[in-house]
Amino acid sequence: MLETILQDRFAVTAVILFGIGFMNLMLQQDLLKKVVGFNIMDSAVFLLLASLGYIEGHTAPIVEEGAVNASLYINPIPSGLVLTGIVVSVSITAFSLALIQRIYRRYGTIQLRELLEKAKKEED
Amino acid sequence: MRPLVENFPFFCIFLAIVAGILSATLCHGRVAYGLTLASNAVIAVLSAYTLGYVCTTGESFVYTMGRFTAPFGNAIRCGPLQAMMALVFTLVMATSLIGGQRDLFHDVARSRQPFYFTMVDLLEASLLALVYTDDVFTGYVFIEISTIAACALVMAKDTGPNLIATVRYLFMSLLGSGLFLIGLTILNSITGYLLMPPLAQAVAALWESGSYLVPLTVSVGLIVAGLGIKSAMFPFHMWLPDAHGGATTTSSAILSGLVLKGYIMLMMTMMVRVFSMDLMEELGVTDVMLAFGLLGMIFGSLGALREYHIKRMLAYSSVAQIGYIFMGLGVGSTEGVVASCFHVLVHACCKPLLFLCAGRLSAVSGHHRSLKNLRGSAYRDLVAGLGFTVGALSMIGIPLLGGFVSKLYFANASLLTNKTAVVLLTIALSTVLNALYYIPALLGIWVKPAPEETAIVVADATAEELAFDRSFTAAALVLMAAIFVLGIFYHPITDVIELGVRHF
Repeated sequence: MLETILQDRFAVTAVILFGIGFMNLMLQQDLLKKVVGFNIMDSAVFLLLASLGYIEGHTAPIVEEGAVNASLYINPIPSGLVLTGIVVSVSITAFSLALIQRIYRRYGTIQLRELLEKAKKEED
Repeated sequence: MRPLVENFPFFCIFLAIVAGILSATLCHGRVAYGLTLASNAVIAVLSAYTLGYVCTTGESFVYTMGRFTAPFGNAIRCGPLQAMMALVFTLVMATSLIGGQRDLFHDVARSRQPFYFTMVDLLEASLLALVYTDDVFTGYVFIEISTIAACALVMAKDTGPNLIATVRYLFMSLLGSGLFLIGLTILNSITGYLLMPPLAQAVAALWESGSYLVPLTVSVGLIVAGLGIKSAMFPFHMWLPDAHGGATTTSSAILSGLVLKGYIMLMMTMMVRVFSMDLMEELGVTDVMLAFGLLGMIFGSLGALREYHIKRMLAYSSVAQIGYIFMGLGVGSTEGVVASCFHVLVHACCKPLLFLCAGRLSAVSGHHRSLKNLRGSAYRDLVAGLGFTVGALSMIGIPLLGGFVSKLYFANASLLTNKTAVVLLTIALSTVLNALYYIPALLGIWVKPAPEETAIVVADATAEELAFDRSFTAAALVLMAAIFVLGIFYHPITDVIELGVRHF
């Protein structure tokens, strides 16, 4: 049991982190904390991806002039996915922060429950 | 040497992205609007040409990006179904833009209009990519692009409630795409592929050997749940009514009619091409989808029954219609998938028509949105009234209209399975419920109230808004014609869909 956990320590950590992020994104009332939750969730996925592509003792897949020996390198595809994922996550974070800023300017709060009440009043 | 036409799907996606970037550099909304329409027109022509090509060859083709062959490169796979969806999505997008034009330039601040069209273009690109892609990670990236673009379309109107609806929509979407991403990661870790054909082989091999069944099940569940949240599958639909109901007319039409369908198309691709329907059935995923679909059909309609705000009523009705699509997928047979695809088309024509007409009806009633204030509004714009009537009757499922044919196909698909009774009864119940909220709405817009009441409402409308709206009329007529075509000459269309599902 303990051995398998140790062996899969990256996966276990990633799942725990994903859970934390997911619950934060779902349950937090504070919009900013929701964004933090989203970032934790994404980082967990990146950790999982990076650990999946890693092969003990191999180096970064940068091919130098001359012979190419695939057995020297780690799996490059997950690393590529992590890079793409980071780009996506950064842009989404930027977008949501801008949106939250706009909401704060208009309503003076970023608590979701209060916001919903205020919006309802505005519509009536 | 591949024929030139096989490059067209890629050209379409690329063109939409380029048009988006160009729109952002323009300073006049009108110019960006023209550019977007022009790019949509070109994409529609290219897609029509592609559709003609794949229908004559009767097969799908794979287009690899650059010269990297599978499993290293990125690829597009285009069959009859994909080409048809791309064509319909593009045409509906252009029609929505034309039909909601007046509201659009009224609701969106002048300085931000070019950016609105940037987002429309990016949305178009991501819809096309979601339809065409043969690579799951590309699918993920375009899911996120369409999330941002769709949120921007919701918030374009920039009122308080709109911003809050956007933020709720955004977080729900992030939840969905997060689940999709981790599902993808798990799938990649047990198969080692991202391109769909080798992925499908690897999944089949895993299923046969019986190894890694738990991770496989988890990843299927996560991917379906993630895309389900994004396409407003019941019970994950709470964000939809505010987001779709509050936005400007064009945005509502595009979001309800098209954006949800992009995710559904990706989900279908994953289910049919990667996992195969047999596996989905063995894992019980189709049963869950069927249950959620049926519940969505009922609860979406019940939600609509309670609404007095016309656009939110339409948004709830979208939840019910999405329920139909999931029901078709949940039946678990090829016929079910065909019925779902047909319903995607019907809903993609019907809902934008309803939203455009609702927007126009409320524009001639001083931008009042509640049904009470829209009484008799159909007489102030006859085409809007007629369009709303045609759309609503199609939603209820009156013969000669598109909605009837899709219900027929759903019922037919269920006959071959052991779920016939529950499907047929729910379709019947849902039809009654649809009628219960659409018919009062129809009576509301066609029955003339007392003249003094009308005078109060019309006093809020400017002469400019009451004037004849040429672009709206054209768009509404086109969509009405499309609904009649789907309801009468549906055989050629379902033939193409069947061919497409065979060569998914």
